Amino acid sequence: MQTPAPCEYSRATSVDDAIAQLDKLGGNARILAGGYSLIPMMKLRLANPGHVIDINPLERELNYIREEGDEVRIGPLTRHVNMLESDLLDRVFPHIFREAEAVLADPVVRNRGSMGGSLCQSDPAEDLSGVIVALKGQAVLRGPGGSERVVEMDEFHLGPYMTCIQPTEMLVEVRIPKRQGFGGAHEKVERRAGDFAIVAASSAVAIEGGKITWAGVACSAVGPTTLHIERAEQALVGQAPSEDLFAECGQMAAADCSPNSDGRGPADYKRHVAGVLTTRALSRAAATAMR
Amino acid sequence: MATVETTPGRHPEFVSYADGEKFGKIADAPIGYGHMKRKEDARFIRGLGDYTDDVRLPGMLHSAILRSPYAHATINSIDTSAALAHPKVAAVIIAKDLETLGLAWMPTISYDTQAVLAGDKVRFHLQEVAFVIATDAYAAQDALQLIEVDFDVLPAIVNCRKALDPDAPLIRDDKVGQTDNLASPMWEAGDKSNCDRVFGEADVVASRTLLDPRSHPCPMETCGMVADMNPDTGQLNIYNANQAPHAHRTVYAQVAGLPEQNIRILCNDIGGGFGNKVPVYPGYVCAIAGSIVAGAPVKWMEDRSENLASTGFARDYLMHAEMCSKGGKITGLRVDTIADHGAFDSTAQATKFPAGFFHIVTGSYDLQAAHCQVKAVYTNKAPGGVAYRCSFRITEAIYCVERMVDALAMEMNVDPVELRMRSFIRSDQFPYETATGWVYDSGDYAKTMKLAMEIADYEGLRAEQQEKLAKGEMMGIGVAFFTEGVGAGPRRHMDILGLAMNDGAELRVHPTGKAVVSLSAQTQGQGHETTFAQIVAEELGISPNEIMVRHGDTDKTPYGLGTYGSRSTPVSGGAVAVVSRKVRDKARQFAALMLETRAEDLAWEKGRWFVRGDPERGASIESIAEYAYSTTNLPEGLEGGLDANAVYDPPNLTYPYGAYISVVDVDPGTGKVHMRRFIAVDDCGVRINPMVVEGQIHGGLVEGIGQALMEVISFDDQGNCLNASFMDYLLPTALECPEHGLELGETVTPCPHHPIGAKGVGESACNGSPPCITNAVVDALYHAKGIKHMDMPCFPARVWAAMNGNAQPVQ
Amino acid sequence: MIVNISINGQMQSHDVEPRLLLVHYIREYAELHGTHWGCDTSNCGICIVLMDDPVSDQPPYPVKSCTMLAAMAEGYEITTVEGMAAPDGTLDPIQMGFHEMHALQCGFCTPGMMSTGRWLIERHPNPTQMTDHEIRDGISGNLCRCTGYDNIVKAIRWAAAYIEEHPESARTARA
Repeated sequence: MQTPAPCEYSRATSVDDAIAQLDKLGGNARILAGGYSLIPMMKLRLANPGHVIDINPLERELNYIREEGDEVRIGPLTRHVNMLESDLLDRVFPHIFREAEAVLADPVVRNRGSMGGSLCQSDPAEDLSGVIVALKGQAVLRGPGGSERVVEMDEFHLGPYMTCIQPTEMLVEVRIPKRQGFGGAHEKVERRAGDFAIVAASSAVAIEGGKITWAGVACSAVGPTTLHIERAEQALVGQAPSEDLFAECGQMAAADCSPNSDGRGPADYKRHVAGVLTTRALSRAAATAMR
Repeated sequence: MATVETTPGRHPEFVSYADGEKFGKIADAPIGYGHMKRKEDARFIRGLGDYTDDVRLPGMLHSAILRSPYAHATINSIDTSAALAHPKVAAVIIAKDLETLGLAWMPTISYDTQAVLAGDKVRFHLQEVAFVIATDAYAAQDALQLIEVDFDVLPAIVNCRKALDPDAPLIRDDKVGQTDNLASPMWEAGDKSNCDRVFGEADVVASRTLLDPRSHPCPMETCGMVADMNPDTGQLNIYNANQAPHAHRTVYAQVAGLPEQNIRILCNDIGGGFGNKVPVYPGYVCAIAGSIVAGAPVKWMEDRSENLASTGFARDYLMHAEMCSKGGKITGLRVDTIADHGAFDSTAQATKFPAGFFHIVTGSYDLQAAHCQVKAVYTNKAPGGVAYRCSFRITEAIYCVERMVDALAMEMNVDPVELRMRSFIRSDQFPYETATGWVYDSGDYAKTMKLAMEIADYEGLRAEQQEKLAKGEMMGIGVAFFTEGVGAGPRRHMDILGLAMNDGAELRVHPTGKAVVSLSAQTQGQGHETTFAQIVAEELGISPNEIMVRHGDTDKTPYGLGTYGSRSTPVSGGAVAVVSRKVRDKARQFAALMLETRAEDLAWEKGRWFVRGDPERGASIESIAEYAYSTTNLPEGLEGGLDANAVYDPPNLTYPYGAYISVVDVDPGTGKVHMRRFIAVDDCGVRINPMVVEGQIHGGLVEGIGQALMEVISFDDQGNCLNASFMDYLLPTALECPEHGLELGETVTPCPHHPIGAKGVGESACNGSPPCITNAVVDALYHAKGIKHMDMPCFPARVWAAMNGNAQPVQ
Repeated sequence: MIVNISINGQMQSHDVEPRLLLVHYIREYAELHGTHWGCDTSNCGICIVLMDDPVSDQPPYPVKSCTMLAAMAEGYEITTVEGMAAPDGTLDPIQMGFHEMHALQCGFCTPGMMSTGRWLIERHPNPTQMTDHEIRDGISGNLCRCTGYDNIVKAIRWAAAYIEEHPESARTARA
């Protein structure tokens, strides 16, 4: 069995302690959360941190989903299973979290794997990132001395396995704005259960008075990061929901994404599927919003 | 040196249910055939299995293999100095070290040679280059990164057709006289001119090029070995999960020049085999060489990437096939095949059959003529060509014929079941000699097909398909009817490396009437410890709970060729029945003495001999056993004790068959295939333990789902293996199987020449299911879009391409 | 570094490299070989063990022991297949179910599969009413190459029914 390269290990006693350790170790350290992204990379020796800082001892502090004002806030150590089973998330953002989490890896991975780990892995095919991008969440990053900055998800993910997090920073929270009349859906095609997406589409709309007042449309695995389909979002806002409109948005998603050909399929196929899934997701999201 | 008691001596008592009366049913074992829960479960459910990686010996060292990052390259130099300087490294072995031991190259089971460690060149991606021995496994892996190899990269060939180009680079320039990339001369079967005549007279001809793509048996336990050479005694103990321990011992004796009696192979528990654990791999030879060099036991356990990328792959047959009909019935078949063997020809075949049993390609049909030809090529891909849950290329043959029947039915515009029913070999034609020379033993194909149609409600499914079609939905119904030839084989025809394909059995009935039966077959999960005890029980009337089945230790079991090609029941099972009958005959002699009568006046009922016409006067097998060991009244020619040996030479193969029907739904938007139903009616002759038989069928069907829908080993143009981990080599999970379960049925047509009428079932389901599912997907494509063909695997992007008229085989 | 982990109720203490994976701590240091491994990429579920957080009220849940450093497991209770049966040898219902329903062949995936199956029953509000999909989804992180999964689904159902009939058998690793 493949095993990690030599590496030191320490536990964090607090968020500030974790950041202080990062600061002290100067870029050679990684935060270790659930482990299901980082440890496989270490076993394959694709990631070779000299030191890992385990934040699992901070479970009580960092595993939470709560409403604060007009936002929902999610702690970085919130496990996938917590998001899958969260009544709060499913009430405020019906279906979309639950659908994405239900097809993310497998139940055993979801028991330990965390929101922060998934986002920081920055895999463009990852389901939860798709949802948070679609919902226009924000990432809160904390650095040495307690300094914090808030970044949009589009700025957070820079490319495959690359984020804007500095070596001495840690993702400490994700904030997602609540919307009136919300409906969302996550559609995924994969080669097999538990596989990363060939293509996934996360779509959400807010509908009030028969008009779409807000839209979030994202596609996964069709670009270097999860992609916002901005043209589709603009086309939706102000319109009455209709199948024709959603089909048009699907075509925009197909046109605007930038997939690569790989073992999961050729680029033209992925483009096509991005369109199909976006249309399906929007259609279901609208149906939920109008319930 | 430590030795380990290996055979199943660790059976905890099985009484510990909270409600023993109701649930502790092992006491209910039938005295003979029938449903019986497995004896071996007792250790497995407690975590007491004993697999290769569980072996711990004093002073044992660990190892890791450095592999080539290139598919084809010249090796200029290898610098191991930094690795050797690692404090935990004991030795680093490269090709030139093996040369001094005469172990740089090893023979394959197809009379080719394979580099143990690459010396001159690497010829496939992830080929073995250096072997590091260290005090722990982590350190061995660390040291791999310290070895510097200077390569000159050469162009790689991964396409079997391109390998035959006159200007293709020569892959096997190590072989004297090799001037092209042909791995073996063209091999053919059937009467070509007669076949051409039948095609000339045909009404309809269907033609397809079919790729049965490279896949991998992929048992959940990877391959591995602990080699323990005692430098003082010259005794070599080998702990190794392999499917043919006796044959392996002979090969090691021949390769390493070690005295065969000094080699002991201990196969403890095996975490699945499926053909992957038949060959001898370079890692094994390295472990043995390592133990010789290091003077200590050396463990080598491959990781999953190594398993997928370097050990025995399966299939990789490119088949151009034509099938014809006359008068509404199939009349002829011809097939021209290129077999891709990779860089070294280590396909698993019986010696006289260089294309294995591929010429069973006429399937279940009464054809006027058939012809098939196979040429084999070298490419820069991993060697192997093992029979993955398959009797030597029968899976490829069944895939070919069952796809072609569907193709012909499309051209004839007739229902695929109807064409099969019209063309089956009739039950009154058995024994039936096929156009390519096989003699099928027995069958009633139409009966089995009808039962499958009944379970499936075939007519109802076709009606549903039409309704769905009208709504724009895509549904496919697939059919396959396979006939396998298994249980190789008769020694006049079949050998591997000159060793006749027979199996031995040894049976000892102890004075208390309990027994030990020793086998040359090697279980990898098939339940031998239960079913072979049931065979003895059926023959002698001793409870299977009182019969220990011993296997997996070459010092303690009789010679034989092992378990693959569904051989266990047809060959080893034959040996066990025969040896039991020998013991029964000997028991009759003792019973005659006990009952003071003549042996010929005795009759047998299960468990006792009695006097014909006076059934009260009899002797139980227990009392006979006690008598056999204690009597002083031995007449001339009768030895004391109650035991016997047998070597079983099967007179023919056995021919299990089955009718399979599958139902799929295809998402027209994404090409994703949903496996809705699978109906399997198998006829494997007499069933010893129906529970175990059904378990075998379940497993084989799901392996077929994998091959048909998701499993493939593919390569890029540089020859890099693209599926060398479970991220990309996708085994089906429980969710890819029919949600409410597989639907099984059975018919029983006993094998007329087998001692107990059994035919073997291990591989049937894995043979019948790939064409059945592919036929279902193509059926969906055909009805919705008029598309007539696509190759496996049918994963979404490939189905969508086919839907749009762009079906391409994988590379 | 010294890593202390409670496995099957026994506190283990071993001096290990910080990079050591939990699966190797269990196999090589605690010398419990019933936990196997099958891949490098956290896909196969062969190495699954049950983990219990003593401060949480959740039942012990399955984790892939190849995807945790041993050091991360300090403070948790680990139950391996060797710890499933009661000290007197009475089998856990999931072990009985796998035997009854022929849910194992080579036995290699069995310890991990039973661990996941046990958890599915433990966490479900009404285990005997689990749907086929719920069970299949529940074991979708556990690969088996031998059984085709049908009998595993049946074994989990069998165990759920047994526990309903014999509530006293429903011990958990924590009990």
